[in-house]
Amino acid sequence: MAEKNKLSIICMSGDFDKAIAVFTLASGAAAVNYEVNIFFTFWGLNTIKKKTGRSFNGKGILARVFNFLLGGRNNLPLSRLNFGGASPGLMTSLMKSRNVATLSELFQASIALKVNFYVCEMAMHVLGLEKDDFIPEVKDVLGVATFLELSKGGQTLFI
Amino acid sequence: MSAYNLDITKDRCPMTFVKTKLKLEELEEGDTLEILLTTGEPLNNVPRTATEQGFTVVETTLVRENIHKVVIRK
Repeated sequence: MAEKNKLSIICMSGDFDKAIAVFTLASGAAAVNYEVNIFFTFWGLNTIKKKTGRSFNGKGILARVFNFLLGGRNNLPLSRLNFGGASPGLMTSLMKSRNVATLSELFQASIALKVNFYVCEMAMHVLGLEKDDFIPEVKDVLGVATFLELSKGGQTLFI
Repeated sequence: MSAYNLDITKDRCPMTFVKTKLKLEELEEGDTLEILLTTGEPLNNVPRTATEQGFTVVETTLVRENIHKVVIRK
């Protein structure tokens, strides 16, 4: 059997279309037996919040307002032509009609294939969040040095 | 020994690989998985990646235009 390849993705974007790219690459790579790590930072954290809608979570008034405005996985905006938030729903319908996996399906596939989810300690701290504010599949909260160690020897992408 | 079936002819990347991988994980030693897939990316890569993961591709047959049957054994 060939040695296991590795793909590490730094997910900084909280855009719907970029999240699709992240979870397409992650699930596709895991499906062909890659070890896959995703390091979620800043807006990317919205994709793995436990609360998928808008919620006042976090410590401090400013952080709570920020987290409410940012929302969760169900509030990710399209990076272009968002039309006040209508486009992600339209895009999802279009994807379904074309037999292409939706963001939700790609996300669930990534979990089923045991993609490793990591949260950036610094970004989590800035947004006043805790590990418990994220989905239980998050493996760990870590910093740059640990992520570099985890991604060593594989391919790394920044999205 | 069990024989499993999977039809990924209507799926697109990456679900073609995702569904194959999840099904292959169910296989015990000696079990087979018969996959129906389309020409192109799935035909080029599903058998190749299965082989890389230590499975044996027993058969690849053209069923009808653009549709192939690939049998994989653990």
